Amino acid sequence: MRNLTGKFVVLSLFAALLGSASAQAALKVGLVLDRGGKDDKSFNEAAYKGSLRAQKEMGLELKVVEATDTNAFEPLLRTFAQRGYDLIIGVGFAQAEAVKKVSAQFPDRKFAIVDSEVPGANVRSMMFEEHEGSYLVGAIAALTSKTAKVGFIGGMDIPLIRRFQMGYEAGARKVNPKVEVESNYIGVTASAWNNPPKAKELAVSQYNKGADVVFAAAGASNLGLFDAAEERKKLAIGVDSNQNWIKPGFVLTSMLKRVDVAVFETIREASGGKLEAGTRRYGLANEGVDYALDSFNQKVLTEDVLKKVNVLKAEIIAGKITVPDYYKRNAKN
Amino acid sequence: MSWGRAMDRWMPVLRALLSVIAGFAAGLAVTWVAGESPWNVFMILIRSAFGSWYDLGMTLFYTTPLLLTGLSVAICFQAGLFNIGAEGQLTLGALAAAVTGVVLAGLPWPLAPVAAAAAAFGTGAFWGWIAGWLRARRGSHEVITTIMLNFVAAGLSSYVALYLFPNPDSQNPETRPVAKSFLIQHLSVFGDAPVSTALILAVAMCVAYGFLMRRTVLGFELRSVGQSERAARVAGIDPGKIQILAMVLAGGLAGLVGVGEVLGNAEKFKLGFSPQYGFVGIAVALLGRGNPVGVAAAALLFGALHKGTGDLDFETENVTRDLSMILQALVILSVSADGLWDWVKRRV
Repeated sequence: MRNLTGKFVVLSLFAALLGSASAQAALKVGLVLDRGGKDDKSFNEAAYKGSLRAQKEMGLELKVVEATDTNAFEPLLRTFAQRGYDLIIGVGFAQAEAVKKVSAQFPDRKFAIVDSEVPGANVRSMMFEEHEGSYLVGAIAALTSKTAKVGFIGGMDIPLIRRFQMGYEAGARKVNPKVEVESNYIGVTASAWNNPPKAKELAVSQYNKGADVVFAAAGASNLGLFDAAEERKKLAIGVDSNQNWIKPGFVLTSMLKRVDVAVFETIREASGGKLEAGTRRYGLANEGVDYALDSFNQKVLTEDVLKKVNVLKAEIIAGKITVPDYYKRNAKN
Repeated sequence: MSWGRAMDRWMPVLRALLSVIAGFAAGLAVTWVAGESPWNVFMILIRSAFGSWYDLGMTLFYTTPLLLTGLSVAICFQAGLFNIGAEGQLTLGALAAAVTGVVLAGLPWPLAPVAAAAAAFGTGAFWGWIAGWLRARRGSHEVITTIMLNFVAAGLSSYVALYLFPNPDSQNPETRPVAKSFLIQHLSVFGDAPVSTALILAVAMCVAYGFLMRRTVLGFELRSVGQSERAARVAGIDPGKIQILAMVLAGGLAGLVGVGEVLGNAEKFKLGFSPQYGFVGIAVALLGRGNPVGVAAAALLFGALHKGTGDLDFETENVTRDLSMILQALVILSVSADGLWDWVKRRV
């Protein structure tokens, strides 16, 4: 018995040695999530899942932390850098300033940020072509609508969400020039991302005015839209993650923003040792944005609509259609 | 000094310590249930709060606003009022500092931060005055009015920041940056931690608070009104006037939080910058028992706790942000339950 225990100790020591040896070789990745946290069923969760997938497939050393307040981003990023993490990813534009400052202080570490462009020789910026995906769901909305009226609900009224709105309106008008688009925003502060009752109120009012499809880009507030759609027997469109499953039959589709893919690919490039600085754009062409089709929305999203939308998608990728971009609105005028 | 008098003097300190220990025990027990060694968690808390100049700096950075809000609530306690409005007062104080820095961008250095600090104090004081006046002259309970004024302050600050002075270079909900001449001295011994001379200002306010309470007629009047409004009136003190003054001073102290945040750290007003400094200030005041040294010690404790629990997410496998907030909440709960009980007993 004693002998057995001795063997076990030796074995486990050996295993521990092996374990630490492989951990030393593994890439160390730190992920700093925004205040929404890893269970927001939307943006942060997508980033978290992308990093978990990378951990599973590449065996890296991953640490995920959530910020407690806006002043916490910088210390969290800095702690990762001080502890020798190779790649440090900030999720959300709120971290832009912190990433800029800390990346300059630690030039031998790699940094990455989602949804903001940060200059720097060691910073990768992940940007999404939200207007392209929104254009497609706008077309889907207008093609499905029987009243030629569709709605848009934005979360916080900021340029990022205006970009969704502009693409959505353009897509709807492309397939039906006479379509009416009713747009509302939930608020001007960060609480707009987590206010389902207000989203529901806006959705009900849009449905009452005759809209029969409403798209919301509002984070956790989207849940209010889905409730309203179910109550009024109308259709809703989800955002960021695939939200079709939340109310099957009432969610027409979801505008996917593949933060998970972007985070995964950034980590993969870093683990191959060839993460280049600069901005990487994720659009329709590289499946960074898309619309969602699965068993939950098969019945509401018709073949006819799909066919037309896939033509539009191919034309955008081929460069035959240029989707209006809110970020470039001033350059044009 | 007789044994009885020593007991009277040290009993509150002992009870405060016991309530802190009880809170920590409960919080650490939760981490134990989550699968961490409580001793290890405690050591991480100590190390990440005081382990280096940088860590100490972050702790002091969080201590600064907590000291101010703690004093704000404490001064009201002395006058028998319960200020739950420090959160709204500090929000408007920070907004005022930022707006001053944008509008009066041409002011030269020594004058500029002084003007911004005065604006922060004045705006917070005005917000406190509203609740004080309503209490003294209309009989509206300050607990209700200060809570409601927090909401008004949140709405008002959103409007001013986002419609009148929005930052065109950022999607964050914040104002434009203040002019460089408004920035205050960074204390470089703490490295990258954003500790500024605002810490010295807060400590000075703590000393001033002690002087006011112990050495001035006004301090005596504040305490008299707090102990018994009727007795104070009989003694020729106008309780209404004292209550208004207490709320004005409380609001001003909370408003000064804006100095460290806007002029010493963010260089602008960011919506939602405060992780509930105003409410944690209530726990600071209760634990400090109205004593300036006590309030300062309590502010340091909660600053260290905020910094330390923030790092638990980093240092452990199982203590996430939410769990570390539970730990923090249990300490606050334990401290407040004990302190509040005293305060209720005194009033009833």
